Amino acid sequence: MADINQNLEQLENKLEALREFSDTHGVDLNKEIKAVEEKLYELKIEAYKNLTPWEKVNLARHGERPTSLDYIDKIFEDFIEFHGDRNFRDDPSIIGGIASLEGKAITVIGHQKGRNTKENIKRNFGMPHPEGYRKALRLMKQAEKFKRPVICFIDTPGAFCGIGAEERGQGEAIAINLMEMSRLKTPIISIVIGEGGSGGALALGVADKVYMLEHSIYSILSPEGFAAILWKDGTRAKEAAQVMKITSEDLKNFEIIDDIINEPLGGAHKDIGELAKSIKKLIINDLQELEKQDLESLLNKRYIKFRKIGEYQ
Amino acid sequence: MIKGIFKKTKYVTTSIPAQEKVPTPIIPDGMWIKCNSCDQIVYKKDIEENNRVCPYCGFHFRMNARERIKLIVDEGTFKELDSNLLTLNPLDFPNYEDKIRQQEEKTGIKEAVITGIGRIYGEEAVIAVMDCFFLMGSMGSVVGEKITRAVEEATIRRLPVIIFCASGGARMQEGIFSLMQMAKTAGAIARHAEEGLLYISVLTDPTTGGVTASFAMLGDIIIAEPGALIGFAGSRVIEQTIRQKLPEGFQRAEFLLEHGFIDKIIKREEIKKTLGKLLYLHKEVK
Repeated sequence: MADINQNLEQLENKLEALREFSDTHGVDLNKEIKAVEEKLYELKIEAYKNLTPWEKVNLARHGERPTSLDYIDKIFEDFIEFHGDRNFRDDPSIIGGIASLEGKAITVIGHQKGRNTKENIKRNFGMPHPEGYRKALRLMKQAEKFKRPVICFIDTPGAFCGIGAEERGQGEAIAINLMEMSRLKTPIISIVIGEGGSGGALALGVADKVYMLEHSIYSILSPEGFAAILWKDGTRAKEAAQVMKITSEDLKNFEIIDDIINEPLGGAHKDIGELAKSIKKLIINDLQELEKQDLESLLNKRYIKFRKIGEYQ
Repeated sequence: MIKGIFKKTKYVTTSIPAQEKVPTPIIPDGMWIKCNSCDQIVYKKDIEENNRVCPYCGFHFRMNARERIKLIVDEGTFKELDSNLLTLNPLDFPNYEDKIRQQEEKTGIKEAVITGIGRIYGEEAVIAVMDCFFLMGSMGSVVGEKITRAVEEATIRRLPVIIFCASGGARMQEGIFSLMQMAKTAGAIARHAEEGLLYISVLTDPTTGGVTASFAMLGDIIIAEPGALIGFAGSRVIEQTIRQKLPEGFQRAEFLLEHGFIDKIIKREEIKKTLGKLLYLHKEVK
């Protein structure tokens, strides 16, 4: 990323200089400016098409990257957030509630990272505790009862690792979500919008349709954690990102996700409006298709979708 | 006269031939084991004959899958399923094939779980036993597939399932494929449960990561061996995250019992009897 940014920055500076020169000296440099602009655009397209996995990791974690609430705000109307797992507390790293999509009630759930340091501390950097997963499950069960579809936005470095999380059964909470989502009697669509880290991501990811945004990642563990476990050296994260196969293209090739949702040039944060529009269109189309199916075949297909994953001889 | 009492009597002196020196005993390597818990030096054979439990303090040593099957399943009743599934390298992970081959040679088994159908005190059940000596019992595609097939077989035959868990978690070298095995196994268990069938999960040392966060924690009845390490995140990771030392006994079976996540801790020698009773009590009236 650093290299690309440097190159792009240099060109942008040149462009700026040309514009300035043209303005102050009254010389017509439009032709030259246009040429540099075109070159810049081409370079950008080329650069973002060929991001390395590590560059994608950085983009997926970008401070300005839109979060679940940003997408919910742009895609749905009248979002009403609900809180709490009815057992222990409300976990702010997972948000959920109901909203309307062209007049239709939808249950929306997502991991929620903070958009600044203060909010990130409140939201635990999007790393849920067990009660977060239990809140998510409660809302899914509610959706099942009222026969409304569930849309999940996945964006977490992973489930939180801490004493309280273990005491309250992090493993059990995730396991129950996997089992219950596999048989939830209503359509589910999951979209990885940033980081899809480990079981903490999968716990919102057992769905009829699974998508990834172009520059998001989905992996068994963070590259840092992976390097720490396999090589006892967390600083080799960049190398880990390379071998782990975590990009949207990788997962599309493995047929683990249904499709890639293209991002605007430069990443989701450059134009969330356009991106939200295309996600909205996709959700509407999918729901039409999924809701046509009878429940039995919907659940059968969902089972087979995950049943068939695995490489062996 | 009195002086004479203390007089030195004559000694017979002999010289000891050098070759008669008592040789230091040569103990073959691995004959003795130091107990991890009480530090006693225990004769290895004693431990083996005692189901790998320390005769002094009751510490449960780890057990491989074959030993476990011998201990739990009625003799001669175990029919293995899917023993020929072979591991591939879906990510083209460097040296993964070599690693698997080494593990095969070391353990004599092809993957980290053995599945089959057998009887326990005469009661038929599908039984899966993980082996933590094979790449830490980690779950990749083959482990996930074998467990899923075993559970599906149980659903078709209307049999209970018993899984002995022993795993460090999902297998890193198969990346996202390993992660997805969690959803796959959990889905199979959901279908088994929908049929009203019994699933007993037995957690042995260690049960962590992606196995804890999938089938291990989904048992209708969850049993654990004393002292077994059971948790989601590894203790090293937690210590690094929160930057403090973990309390004594953290993530041990007793800790989970206290926090309400397992039904019962049962000593190894009692497990077969308990399973037999549970199977009998859940027998379907036909």
